[in-house]
Amino acid sequence: MSLSTDDIKRIARLARIETSDAEAAATQAQLNSIFGLIATMQAVDTAGIAPMAHAQEVYQRLRDDAVTESDRHTTFQAVAPAVENGLYLVPKVIE
Amino acid sequence: MKWETVIGLEVHTQLATKSKIFSGSSTAFGAAPNTQASAVDIALPGVLPVLNRGAVECAIKFGLAIGATLNRVNVFDRKNYFYPDLPKGYQISQLAKPIVEGGALKIIVEGEEKTVNLTRAHMEEDAGKSLHEDFHGMTGIDLNRAGTPLLEIVSEPEMRSSAEAVAYARALHTLVTWIGICDGNMQEGSFRVDANVSVRPVGQAEFGTRREIKNLNSFKFLQQAIDYEVRWQIETLEDGGRIEQATVLFDPDSGETRMMRSKEDAHDYRYFPDPDLLPVKLDEDWIERVRAALPELPVAMQARFQAEYGVSAYDAAVLTGSRALADYFETAARACGQGKLAANWVMGELSAALNKAELGIASSPVSAAQLGALIARIQDGTLSGKLAKQVFEGLWEGAGEVDAIIEARGLKQMSDAGELEKIVDEVLAANPKSVEEFRAGKDKAFNALIGQVMKASKGKANPAQVNDLLKTRLQ
Amino acid sequence: MSDASLSTLAAQLAAKQVSSRELAQVYLDRIAALNPAINAFITVDPDKTLLEAAGADVRIAAGNAGPLTGIPVAHKDIFCTDGWLTTCGSKMLSNFVAPYDATVIERFKAAGMPSLGKTNMDEFAMGSSNETSYFGAVKNPWNLAYVPGGSSGGAAACVAARMAPAATGTDTGGSIRQPAALTGITGLKPTYGLVSRYGMIAFASSLDQAGPMALSAEDCALLLNAMTGFDPRDSTSLEREKEDYTRDLEKPLAGLRVGLPREFFAEGLNNEVAAAVEAAVAELKKLGATPVEISLANSKLAIPVYYVLAPAEASSNLSRFDGVRYGYRAPDYANLDDMYCKTRAQGFGAEVKRRILIGAYVLSHGYYDAYYLQAQKIRRLIADDFSEAFKTCDVILGPTAPGTAFKLGEKSDDPVEMYLNDLYTIPANLAGLPGMSLPCGFDAKGLPIGLQLVGNYFSEAKMLNVAHQYQRATNWHAHAPEGLK
Repeated sequence: MSLSTDDIKRIARLARIETSDAEAAATQAQLNSIFGLIATMQAVDTAGIAPMAHAQEVYQRLRDDAVTESDRHTTFQAVAPAVENGLYLVPKVIE
Repeated sequence: MKWETVIGLEVHTQLATKSKIFSGSSTAFGAAPNTQASAVDIALPGVLPVLNRGAVECAIKFGLAIGATLNRVNVFDRKNYFYPDLPKGYQISQLAKPIVEGGALKIIVEGEEKTVNLTRAHMEEDAGKSLHEDFHGMTGIDLNRAGTPLLEIVSEPEMRSSAEAVAYARALHTLVTWIGICDGNMQEGSFRVDANVSVRPVGQAEFGTRREIKNLNSFKFLQQAIDYEVRWQIETLEDGGRIEQATVLFDPDSGETRMMRSKEDAHDYRYFPDPDLLPVKLDEDWIERVRAALPELPVAMQARFQAEYGVSAYDAAVLTGSRALADYFETAARACGQGKLAANWVMGELSAALNKAELGIASSPVSAAQLGALIARIQDGTLSGKLAKQVFEGLWEGAGEVDAIIEARGLKQMSDAGELEKIVDEVLAANPKSVEEFRAGKDKAFNALIGQVMKASKGKANPAQVNDLLKTRLQ
Repeated sequence: MSDASLSTLAAQLAAKQVSSRELAQVYLDRIAALNPAINAFITVDPDKTLLEAAGADVRIAAGNAGPLTGIPVAHKDIFCTDGWLTTCGSKMLSNFVAPYDATVIERFKAAGMPSLGKTNMDEFAMGSSNETSYFGAVKNPWNLAYVPGGSSGGAAACVAARMAPAATGTDTGGSIRQPAALTGITGLKPTYGLVSRYGMIAFASSLDQAGPMALSAEDCALLLNAMTGFDPRDSTSLEREKEDYTRDLEKPLAGLRVGLPREFFAEGLNNEVAAAVEAAVAELKKLGATPVEISLANSKLAIPVYYVLAPAEASSNLSRFDGVRYGYRAPDYANLDDMYCKTRAQGFGAEVKRRILIGAYVLSHGYYDAYYLQAQKIRRLIADDFSEAFKTCDVILGPTAPGTAFKLGEKSDDPVEMYLNDLYTIPANLAGLPGMSLPCGFDAKGLPIGLQLVGNYFSEAKMLNVAHQYQRATNWHAHAPEGLK
């Protein structure tokens, strides 16, 4: 599996990480080396094997439907980059 | 070229739980920005989701109500994309193994019954809100809504007109409010409809390319948006153009749909099972408890109304438009034992008055018991239909109970045969022309005579008696 | 004093030979003297530490002390700590003062252990050498030109240098065990689900687990007692009866079957490490254990599987770092999209970005089955290998890492070479099994060698027993780096 710089730029776009052509080229060799490593597991025959998502065979615990949280926006917004009237500010969103 | 419209609806219903689906924050509407957004809701580093039992129970109720399959083990997946109202950069949803699959909903369109099949319904979390009013060129993000539990209900693409789509949406709205899983408040965003619309030449098996109209929050907009979109698609195709898959928004002011700003890469959501959550197990005991506690559902109630009260299928459908309305009707019908009359009054006089006053059935000034008593007085001959309307008005104004109003306003129907005969004779004497015309074969003249008698008796004559008397006299 | 075991320190505190404040001051002084060269800490706040120590003294005086009250501990900077800078070794969080405590932090506070500060780490726990930290590399106290291992390099180094008697670490692919091995200390990764992940900044959710790092198995057992327990805020936290992990420390090892995976003693393993581990096996035999050869046939696939699953989960977990609600936001941007892209390009280091790209790729449309799903299936094969192995042995033993510490900069150009450091540790993470590393010798350069124990699910007490008996019979764990006064 070999990634082209176009592949890298497309993935970087999905991940919202600005990547110049030069950066894509620079990281390409390393990424392809990692994919070379990953390729060794492609060929393994896993027919009939159930995927393992969790270590234990346990099911989701359910929480009672009750309000347990209170207003902490002052504390939480003290670490925000931009806040006004209790709202988080971001560059204008255009739909 | 004859075209066929194909519509599938995805409806997002906010579940009526006290707290959010993955956090203990309140779901109450209208709080000041970010005052109901906990650490989990704002996706601080290190926080984790824990599932609200109430949300699962709502989903179970819904699955049972539409006769769907409840997946005893269902899984949450992450849907990854970037948007400022989505704090984690992913939405926790269900893809491969949703809690509900299949099911069906009966709808009535222009008097005809149709069954619409559902594909699935799954639990997911709502996103926050973007406030686009200018904050010096910035957008404000309120995360109070982020994490509110949603049930996304997906229909098969079986609707063939905007009318069918609206009928389906209304029936679904009725059902989710009926079973109490959603408050149905469309202005507040509790029930939001996305419409997938495509067209194809009649007879073609493959579907055309569909476009998705997002976030319609009224039945009127749903209908307008679909109608516009269908016209636009047909025009485009007839002009030789192609339909590209797209997500569009409906603009109520212009009545048009328009494409949303580039979301080209939005469809690689890189779904994978959420490792912070374990598979959800539904045990049989729980399902049975929910099933036992389900109220009688609209369809069952409709059948029962037809059987027990003799109302028509159409009327039964209207009367089960909401649980409150159905309960009202049933109470009134039981009180007077006159199902058909009760149906007429509820759907006629009462509904008209409520609409005019912009009230819901729950706020009706006339109680079901009172309406029942009113109808009983019509049935036992005390009141004529026309006078009953006056009594109704009296009840509406809060003038007291039925008998008291009849008494106070002297509305008792005249039934004294002697008095009535006198009036009939007077009217016949005063209207020789009508008598002649009737004898000449004009039935309309008979009605004119009835009208005169009713007028002379100030509406208090019993119409049936008048009818009989006139017939006898005119022989 | 700085070499004393936790129970010794506890005894001294109880006997009023030393106060918590005095004890904290001793370590703070060592940090002031030694940290500039080692860079084990990102944040140190003596005032806060002494305040917490004063609180511990009050508890001790009131007779409310627990087994660890008054003993200071250092915390890996991955644990959100209320009012403390919590950076995760990244520029992205270099300004983030956490507004809440992780459950692990709450538990240590409840135990009465003052915090000595937040330790340095590979950025977002991605690394095996502590060279990817935004705050500079950590140096191995045994030789400052060498790496301490990672990602809990700071925690390991601070314990090894006796700047703290105990530290918390996290282990996703070996990040507690490998640095413990490279710095000659003892570190343990519990069974997945025993320690709450709430407040622990997520790297790979299904693999991450917090654990203790200290100078001995006995100390780790005491710390584990404080750290474990059901947490309703973590859906993956297990509800189990509370255990005392010190309960079996003194059990004799007679009859113990020690499984030696042939795959862990094959090519790629440094000779000196092999020799030291074999000597350790001989030692255990003297103590009554019986070595048994086992096979973990699919363990060679552990690295590729890990480098699909961990980056996949990480790519999603790190999406929240977008400059909107906290953390770094790029100073200049043209629009929202640009803000995201520049914030994340500037806020994340190269290794983190690489892993996010890998993760996004293996989850992307068309590749999910071939990569992610395939990896999850092989994961089951790896876990099944262990289950099979534990039918014929009670605990598995092998080297922790294929070599000893390497020079700073030696492997940081080739990610794959770096990843191979985790060859022996990753399988336990994939299976969710507990593992620990303890010192068992030194190489010719004087660099520590670690041996790894992997136990069956919930067998921490047994692993600690084996380690403790080994540490009674040997004194590798008592060696301290020279020249660190």
